[in-house]
Amino acid sequence: MNCALPAFAAASNAEPAPPFAVLMELTHRCPLRCPYCSNPVALDPASAELDTATWKRVLDEAADVGALQVHFSGGEPCVRKDLEELVAHATEIGLYSNLITSAVLLDQPRLERLQRAGLQHVQISLQDAEAAGADRVGGFKGGHAKKLEVARAVVRQGLALTINAVLHRHNIDRVNDVIDLAMDLGAGRIEIANVQYYGWALANRAALMPSRDQLLAMDAAVRARLPELAGRIVVDYVVPDYYARRPKSCMGGWARRFMNVNPRGRVLPCHAAETIPGMEFETVHDRSLSEIWRDGPAFTRYRGTDWMPEPCQSCDHKEEDWGGCRCQALALAGSADATDPVCELSPAHADVAVLRDRDAAALGTEWTYRGA
Amino acid sequence: MNAIAPHLTETDRLRLAPGVMLRNDRRREQWMLMGPERLLVLDEMALAIVRACVGPEIADVAAGIDRLTVEYDAPRTEVAADVLEMLTDLRNKGYVIT
Repeated sequence: MNCALPAFAAASNAEPAPPFAVLMELTHRCPLRCPYCSNPVALDPASAELDTATWKRVLDEAADVGALQVHFSGGEPCVRKDLEELVAHATEIGLYSNLITSAVLLDQPRLERLQRAGLQHVQISLQDAEAAGADRVGGFKGGHAKKLEVARAVVRQGLALTINAVLHRHNIDRVNDVIDLAMDLGAGRIEIANVQYYGWALANRAALMPSRDQLLAMDAAVRARLPELAGRIVVDYVVPDYYARRPKSCMGGWARRFMNVNPRGRVLPCHAAETIPGMEFETVHDRSLSEIWRDGPAFTRYRGTDWMPEPCQSCDHKEEDWGGCRCQALALAGSADATDPVCELSPAHADVAVLRDRDAAALGTEWTYRGA
Repeated sequence: MNAIAPHLTETDRLRLAPGVMLRNDRRREQWMLMGPERLLVLDEMALAIVRACVGPEIADVAAGIDRLTVEYDAPRTEVAADVLEMLTDLRNKGYVIT
């Protein structure tokens, strides 16, 4: 996850500074079937989802632990009929509400109800700049047109709009068109989100990985436009992992800014943390978010810098990137304890380039759509 | 070469961008601009500038600079330079709009 947020204070082991936000994955259900979905490959069924009363209690606990914002996410959070009720509850207890959505289930009346409940911001994902490609990736006919219609309604109603544009081999050449589209829609912000290879995306890496030439052209196009875009639209852009020389500060550091609650109520330091073997996760039925944040074993495991191996431990950047991404270290170096191989100082860094170039050359690979 | 985003001027009228609000967080004893998936902690000076220069009831940035010049008993040219620089930064980060 890319974020541009300040940390509130240096976390000590005894009493960590509170999180900035809690991500609530209300459901894993989604009408789209994007092959790069960041949900786990084993999806939680509807029958396992927390009920309304429990989500409200979790919201109360999010405020108690000191979070300032809540991200209603999924899956597609709009499949939950109680979304308005949950947003209203968040507003009542002083939490700022963001909705992270595909938008295909939204319409103007529901947006108006959500706004009355206190919703401030809607982030809509786009699969491409043009409908044919977008609907093919999402596996949902008419989805792109619907998204544009809803995005315009969001702006018309005076809500903040972010466009999350997910880039990969099949659409990265249209990055300029995507930026133009976000401007035309009146978005305040665009996330130029090169696919991150976790969950379904990891399984589909050979069908999605762009080539080095594609990457360089995209990077040059974005950088050339940044001065012109300043003051007109906020651009969140980072070099995609497999082409980077330094790791991203994943989640702003493990257990430093975010908590994630999944549909069945499992409390995670990030949405992919369940891929890490040997981790012990608590649920909202076990202890409060405050207790889990303070000393939950999954949260303390990689918080701060004590856990770091060399070359991280003696690295000047260790409190900037916080060691990169644990799930990526697992996926690429075979151990979540390892240095993130995206870093050029990692002994496994060369392997990333080999994997990347192999997958980028696997043209014609069909993707597997995300399951239901 | 693309045009650089223009610096704000004293005749601009500013308001908070959609989804942005000024909040005081009691637990952290901090004023902040809260916005979409982000926030900006304001120090005392930044808070004074936002209060003086941003909002529908304020005629323009010049009026805010006048007020701050009096409040802080400082040379107006220096106040104006600092204020315009900070507000341009807030605009580029998406917290305020013209």
